[in-house]
Amino acid sequence: MALASCRAKGFRFGMTALPTVAVPHTTVPLRIESLVKRFGQVTAVDGISLEVQDRECLGLLGPNGAGKSTLIRAIVGRVRPDSGSVSVFGAEPDSPAARAALGWVPQELALYPLLTCSENLEAFGSYQGLRGKALRDAIAWCLDWAALADRADSVARVLSGGMKRRLNMAAGLIHRPSLVLLDEPTTGVDPQSRNRIFDMIETLRAGGTTVIYTTHYMEEAERLCDRIAIVDHGHVIAQGTKDQLVEQSFGGRSDVVMRFSNGSPDASAWASAQGGTFDGEKAHFTVAQPTDIATLLNSAAQGRLPVADVTLRRPNLESVFLQLTGRSLRE
Amino acid sequence: MILAILKTGFRALRRDRAAFVLSFIVPIVFFTIFGIIFGGQHMDTTPRVNVIVVDQDHSVASQRLVQGLLHEGSLNAFTRPAQEKGGPVPVDYTAASAEAAVKAGVAPAAVVIPRGFGEHPIAFGPEGDSPAEPIQLLHDSSDPVASPYVSGMLQKTVMTSLPDVMAGEGMKYFEQAAGFLTPEQHERITAMLSDLRTYASQPDSGSGGGQGSSGMSGFVNVKVRDVVGEKKQSPMIAYYAAAVGVMFLLFSASAAGGSLLDEAESGALDRILSSRVSMTTLLLGKLIYSALQAMIQLTIMFLWAAAVFHLDLFHHLGGFFAMTAATSLSVAAFGMLLASISHTRAQQAATGTLLILTMSAVGGSMFPKFLMPPLMLKFGLLTFNSWAIEGYTKVFWRDEPVAHLLPQMAALLVGGLLLFLLARRFAKRWEHT
Repeated sequence: MALASCRAKGFRFGMTALPTVAVPHTTVPLRIESLVKRFGQVTAVDGISLEVQDRECLGLLGPNGAGKSTLIRAIVGRVRPDSGSVSVFGAEPDSPAARAALGWVPQELALYPLLTCSENLEAFGSYQGLRGKALRDAIAWCLDWAALADRADSVARVLSGGMKRRLNMAAGLIHRPSLVLLDEPTTGVDPQSRNRIFDMIETLRAGGTTVIYTTHYMEEAERLCDRIAIVDHGHVIAQGTKDQLVEQSFGGRSDVVMRFSNGSPDASAWASAQGGTFDGEKAHFTVAQPTDIATLLNSAAQGRLPVADVTLRRPNLESVFLQLTGRSLRE
Repeated sequence: MILAILKTGFRALRRDRAAFVLSFIVPIVFFTIFGIIFGGQHMDTTPRVNVIVVDQDHSVASQRLVQGLLHEGSLNAFTRPAQEKGGPVPVDYTAASAEAAVKAGVAPAAVVIPRGFGEHPIAFGPEGDSPAEPIQLLHDSSDPVASPYVSGMLQKTVMTSLPDVMAGEGMKYFEQAAGFLTPEQHERITAMLSDLRTYASQPDSGSGGGQGSSGMSGFVNVKVRDVVGEKKQSPMIAYYAAAVGVMFLLFSASAAGGSLLDEAESGALDRILSSRVSMTTLLLGKLIYSALQAMIQLTIMFLWAAAVFHLDLFHHLGGFFAMTAATSLSVAAFGMLLASISHTRAQQAATGTLLILTMSAVGGSMFPKFLMPPLMLKFGLLTFNSWAIEGYTKVFWRDEPVAHLLPQMAALLVGGLLLFLLARRFAKRWEHT
C-alpha cells in the first residue's frame, strides 16, 4: 500500500502549511463493504456497502434509529462491526493513519466547557499530535474559519448555540483531515448560524476535502451534497444524485398536493381511493401528466370535497424519502 | 499528549470553583477543626493496650508481677517479639531493645522492672522514701492513652498478683513507722499521715504517670519517661494532617477520575479516542494529573500544619515527599478505578462517598488508630489511609529515615498499581461500543 501525502489536496492554514500527515493513500477515501453491526437482538447496520469518492460530499439521510450514527461510529473506529469492513484510504478505521486522515464532528457538543475556544482547540490539536508553531497556526486558522477569532478567550460554556456548533466543528478539523464526517452539524442553530456553517463546509469542499454529511434537513442535503444515500432499518435503500433518486422513485411523474378549505372527514378515504395519501391536512398524489390534475379535481367535486388550492411540483428529496420509507425524515 | 491532558485538567480545575474549594480550602478547615479538638488531648476510652514487659530483676516478686501483667485482660503484654514462621525463637526484650521497639511503634509503652525490685517491691509513702529503683514506664506520647492506662493497670496488677508481698511490706512499714505505738511512734504516724494528706492534696496525686511523675506513685514506684518525641509540641498534628489529608485526597481523586464520566457523557471521550490518544495514554495522563493535584493538596496541608501547628516540616522534607508521592499516586489510581467501574456520575459519586468514608473510618482518618480494636486495625491495612498515616507518623513523629518508609511506600504503590491495572481493564468498555 502506497503511502502518500493527503495534504497536497487539503486546505492550508494561511501562508503556513501544517506538517504533512502521512496516510495510506488510495483513490477511494472511504470504502464500506457488507457492514453488519448488532446490539443484542437489534441489527443496527445490516449489510451496508458504500464508497465515497475523492473530494465528494456524500449525504447520509435517514430517520432516527435508521443506523446512521452506528455507521458513522464504525467509520471512525468507535464501533467494532460484527462482519464486513471499513477502510479509510485503505487503512483500518482505528489505525493511526486512518485517525490522522479522518476528522469527526459528532452530533454532541464534545467540548471542554470550562476551557476557552483556543484552549479547546489546543487540547484537541495536541491529541492529534500537533505541536508548536503548527498547532498555533492550526488554532489561528480554525478560529478564523469558524468566525470565532474575537471569542478566542471565551470559555466554551458561555458561547451561543451556534458558536458552540462552530467550535465543535473546528475541534474536529484542527488536524486538517482529508475525510470529514459531519454528524448533523446544524442541529439546534438559528438560520444565520446555519448559513455560516454552510459557508464553512463550502470552504472545506473548495479546499478538496471529502465530506460525509448526515442531516435531517433535505434542503441542506440538496444544497451541499453531490450524492445522497438514504438509510433505513440498517440498509442503504437508495443512493445517487438528487436527480437520480427522484428519477428512480418517480420517473417523469410529478407531485400534486391538494388542500381542502375545511377539514373534510372524507378526505382521507377519498385520497386513498385515488391512490394518494392524506397527512391530516393535505392529500398527496403523483401524476404522470399535469393534465391528470383535472381528473382528480373532477373526482373531488363529485365527492363534494371543497378544494382550497392545488399545487403541481417536481418531486424533491422529501418526496423520495416519503416514497421510500413511508415516513417523514423528521419522525 | 500527556502534557496536553495535564494542562486541560488544571485549566478546568481553575475554573471549577466548587472543585477548587473542595480540593484546597475544605480540607484545611476540616484539618484545623480536628487539630484544635484533638491535638494533644487525652482520650477516655481504650481497647487492650500493647505493652512490652522487661524483667531485669528475675526475683520471685518480679516474676509474679510479670505473670500478672501477662494475664491482665485489658493489656496485651509480651516479653519478646513475635516469632516469625520458621524463624528462631526471639530473645526477651532488654531495656534498650524495649525502648527501641517503643520508638519504632511496636508498642506504645514498655514496663521495665529494675534490678533490686524484689527486695523492696512495694513503696508506701512518698517516692523518695523507697530504697528501690522505680519501675520504668517507657512510652510513646503519640498514643496519649497508653501511658496512664498501663500505669494504672500496673498498680492494679501489683494488688492482685502480690497481695502477700504487699502485706509483708506493709508490716515492715508499720514497724518502721510505728514500733510499739509509744508516744513517739504516735507522733511519727501523725507526721506520716500529715505527709500523705499533703500528697493527697496535690493535683497530680495518684496519677501514677504523666511527664516524669513525682511524689508517691502508688504501691510501686513508677517513673514514666517519653522515649519518642520528647521535644515535639503536639503528637497528633502530623497524624491528623495525614489522616484528614488522605481522606480529602480520596474525594479529590474521585472527582478527578469522574472527569472521564463527564467526557463520556458529553461525547468528548469518543472524540478523544478517535484521535491519536489511546485509552492507556488517556488514563495515564489523568492518573498523573490527579496525583499532581493530590501532591499539591498535601503540600498545602502540611505547610499549613507547619505554619499554624509548628509541625517540623522542613527537617523532614525527604520523608514527606516520599510519602506524599506514594500516597498521591495510590489515591489517584483509586479515583481512576472508581470512574471506570461506574456508569454515571451519580453512581460514581455515591459509590465513592461510601467507599471513602468507610476507608477513612477504618483506616484511621476519622478516629485515632490507638482507639481502634485490633480487628479494625487489621481491616485498616486494606486502606490507603492506614498506610499513609503510618508512613507520615514514622516521618514526623519517630524521625525515621526514608529507607524505613519502604513497607508503607511499597504497600501504597503496589496497591495503586493494582487499582490502575484494574481501571485499565474496566475502561475497555469505552474503547469500542
